[in-house]
Amino acid sequence: MIDKKVIAEHNLTPEEYEKIVELIGREPNITELGIFSLMWSEHCSYKSSKIHLKKLPVEGKNVIQGPGENAGIIDIGNGLAAVFKIESHNHPSFIEPYQGAATGVGGILRDIFTMGARPIILQDALRFGPLSKPKNKSIMEGVVSGISGYGNSIGIPTVGGDVYFNDCYSLNPLVNVFALGIAEKDKIFYAKAEGAGNPVLYVGAKTGRDGIHGATMASAEFGENLEHKRPNVQVGDPFMEKLLLEACLEVMAKDLIVGIQDMGAAGLTCSTTEMASKSGTGIEIDLDLVPQREKGMTPYEMMLSESQERMLIVAKKDRVEEVQRIFAKWDLDAVVIGQVIEGGRLRVKFGGKTVVDLPVRAIIDLCPVYEQESKAPSYLESAANLDSFSEPEDYNQTFLTLLSSPTVSEKEWVRRQYDHMVQVNTVFLPGADAAVIRIKGKNKALAVTLDGNSLYTYLEPKTGGKIAVAEACRNLACVGARPIGVTNCLNFGSPEKPEIMWQFKEAIEGIALACEIFDIPVTGGNVSFYNDTNGISIHPTPVLGIVGMVDDTRWITGPGFKSEGDILILIGENKEELGGSEYIKRIHRMEKGIPPQIDLEEEKRVQEFCLEAISLGLVESAHDISEGGLACCLAECSLLSHGKMGVSAHLKDNMRSDALLFGESQSRIVITSKEESRKEILNLARERGVQATDIGKTGGDRIIISQRDKKLLDVDVADAGKAWRDAIPEIFRIK
Amino acid sequence: MKFGVVIFPGSNCDHDTLYVLKDIFKQDAAFLWHKEHDLKNVDCIILPGGFSYGDYLRSGSIAAFSPLMQEVKEFALRGGFVLGICNGFQVLLELGLLPGAMLRNKNLKFLCQYVHLRVDNTDTPFTSTAKRGQVLRIPIAHYDGNYYSPPETIQEVKKNNQIVLRYSDARGRLSDEANVNGSLECIAGLINKAGNVMGMMPHPERASEALLGSEDGRIIFESLIKSLG
Repeated sequence: MIDKKVIAEHNLTPEEYEKIVELIGREPNITELGIFSLMWSEHCSYKSSKIHLKKLPVEGKNVIQGPGENAGIIDIGNGLAAVFKIESHNHPSFIEPYQGAATGVGGILRDIFTMGARPIILQDALRFGPLSKPKNKSIMEGVVSGISGYGNSIGIPTVGGDVYFNDCYSLNPLVNVFALGIAEKDKIFYAKAEGAGNPVLYVGAKTGRDGIHGATMASAEFGENLEHKRPNVQVGDPFMEKLLLEACLEVMAKDLIVGIQDMGAAGLTCSTTEMASKSGTGIEIDLDLVPQREKGMTPYEMMLSESQERMLIVAKKDRVEEVQRIFAKWDLDAVVIGQVIEGGRLRVKFGGKTVVDLPVRAIIDLCPVYEQESKAPSYLESAANLDSFSEPEDYNQTFLTLLSSPTVSEKEWVRRQYDHMVQVNTVFLPGADAAVIRIKGKNKALAVTLDGNSLYTYLEPKTGGKIAVAEACRNLACVGARPIGVTNCLNFGSPEKPEIMWQFKEAIEGIALACEIFDIPVTGGNVSFYNDTNGISIHPTPVLGIVGMVDDTRWITGPGFKSEGDILILIGENKEELGGSEYIKRIHRMEKGIPPQIDLEEEKRVQEFCLEAISLGLVESAHDISEGGLACCLAECSLLSHGKMGVSAHLKDNMRSDALLFGESQSRIVITSKEESRKEILNLARERGVQATDIGKTGGDRIIISQRDKKLLDVDVADAGKAWRDAIPEIFRIK
Repeated sequence: MKFGVVIFPGSNCDHDTLYVLKDIFKQDAAFLWHKEHDLKNVDCIILPGGFSYGDYLRSGSIAAFSPLMQEVKEFALRGGFVLGICNGFQVLLELGLLPGAMLRNKNLKFLCQYVHLRVDNTDTPFTSTAKRGQVLRIPIAHYDGNYYSPPETIQEVKKNNQIVLRYSDARGRLSDEANVNGSLECIAGLINKAGNVMGMMPHPERASEALLGSEDGRIIFESLIKSLG
């Protein structure tokens, strides 16, 4: 019986239920209610975010597909297209870290190959609570193993990403997974269900009871007791997905199908209704024909199951056998379970009876859209005031402490668990500013980076949004790539809280502004609300995934110093900005202050200058300054060089020494070049209106930084390396 | 046809290996499908890396029962050249063409990283262009690469000079630290007694182009090409 309790259990408000009754002209049965609860969930419908997402720029001359499809598509020339997207799998990864993260990888990969692209890049943005707590350690261990278990097996390189640690993720880790594939521009597939009478095929793994209510689960706050939610998490089978990937690409290479859609969140429900909705048609399926893993499943369970590694295909009427032959070659089921119909309805049969008969439009298009109330949070005022604090007495020690802070430190412990070289395209091992993947036979490469500093966004959401875009683009410039497209994953607390909505709106405004100035289109992404546990929300965490193009592989530049005696040039300006820095957080234990400010026009000039200098062959190495400031940036350049080359930098700025060493002012890049290029570089900078300062030289075996006549830092490279490299492995060492 | 690269369900270095053979070394090469019985008249068979059958049950164990493996076994017994890379090495162990087995890496984690390998036997078709003691820098990527075999087997292996590649440091010295996965005798590459079947955990196809960071893997392919004439 459908009563108030049942409606509430389906995460629908009484008003939403009334609207459903009005739209379909009767009370829904339980299966139909389940369908609405999934498709009208925040996760599937974007009902609270839709209005705000419209502010993001989505146009661009190379955009083949913007938001609204499984993934965004950008024309990259040579008849090729890059198909990419980022998605969150936060809630499942908290409840069951291994499977949550693994199925996150599986889900995003299906989004890519559904469109006819072979995936070539995986990246992850991970956020965990401090590793001093055993629970966070076990979550991180599980998440990393899950990503590694799935990505390695299916044979797509996981080439980096980023990892941050903050208390706010203790009971709400974030797992954002990015994937990119390459397709031939004229062989892209969409989620279409055209042509009444065309058969609907179910392909891939069998349906079980796993993952029921996954999307609904992702649309509510969590409490402490989560054990009972574990069955809601799907279980991944990368081997099955590998077969599915190969079979789908083989089918797509021939002219056999009309449309294809993966069964991700909301499974059969989502794939049937979305395909029909996009083509203005209907779909009729018979659940008795669906391959099933367990006996006695109800229509409700089958329609809501989120079993992994399944796809729905609308085939051309006379080509079904060929499709089935290819799937049989890969030992996969491909079963006709229904057909496309006219009239825009979803009809589902079970045991000879019609158990669902709904207008597709009501499920997809007529879902309510909310403009939730928004209000600036009260913490902002007190957070902006940085209490007074004194400069450290021993800068060497402070520097080593910062290098060993898990957010700054070397993430090799994570990365070497990922196969980052399969497919033989990886130019840069993870650790560079951006991952660089060459395009075979084209003398070009793609670069990808994920970025998002949530502390900045917490303190000033709009600035945080701008910086996330700017820093990602700066990372691309450092490796020699120009940005060509953006995907974003917006991780926030509950949209029903006005303060969260305010953070969300502000952050989007910042992202939109930056994308407009850098002239890069947003081609889609994902919103993850309800990142709250026990009423506490995470810091607002927009993660930007930006794809860049290296137009000539000779330009590919790395962060590590190249040779002794190269000159060190600082592009951009040091400012006395300490708010929101890793230094303030780690050393002075405050999450406060005004985050670094950013002038987007200046940022653009800095990036363009860096790219131009690289393309002129003037740059030996380039690295952007971010968490940990100039000092940590120089340490990384040194530790990523062959032979662990030291550096000596002399600065003339007149400001607090801690701000000079560890401040995180934006729009700064450290490059090195040959002595003979000094004049040309400095002249070019002047012409381009960019500040560039010769600050020292590479060489020796120490990291030395002085301010005017005072030596601030003098540390052995080996000691810095130990602090930086050992921090995370030491935490996980089996004692 | 010179080279055949076998595809098992779950192979994922099949395309990489074919690409390197065809595009880098300009060799005749084709895929061989695991369900068939056709070796397409090739002179050398490569079992590529990956996760055949998802590594379920045990790495390489199910692939060893693929229809094509019967032919591969006969081909090897007739003296044909067979190279197993990573998962391919594991399949060769399961087929019994090479002695021993693989345990999980000693740190119980998947390891993807560059390692140094010392070439201890150059009297093979797979290493004939290397110098004895030469150190190669080639990446590994595996979970189960910790080689093991019983004492009497390892005695036999050593006596017959079957250890071709050993994990070492950059200067060719053996140590626990350099032996990243914990393999017995630091074994990274092993050949059969007859000298025509080799298995190696490192991926030479990933170290065949300067752009990708190392060209040391070329030695394996160049030796093979030379041996095939």
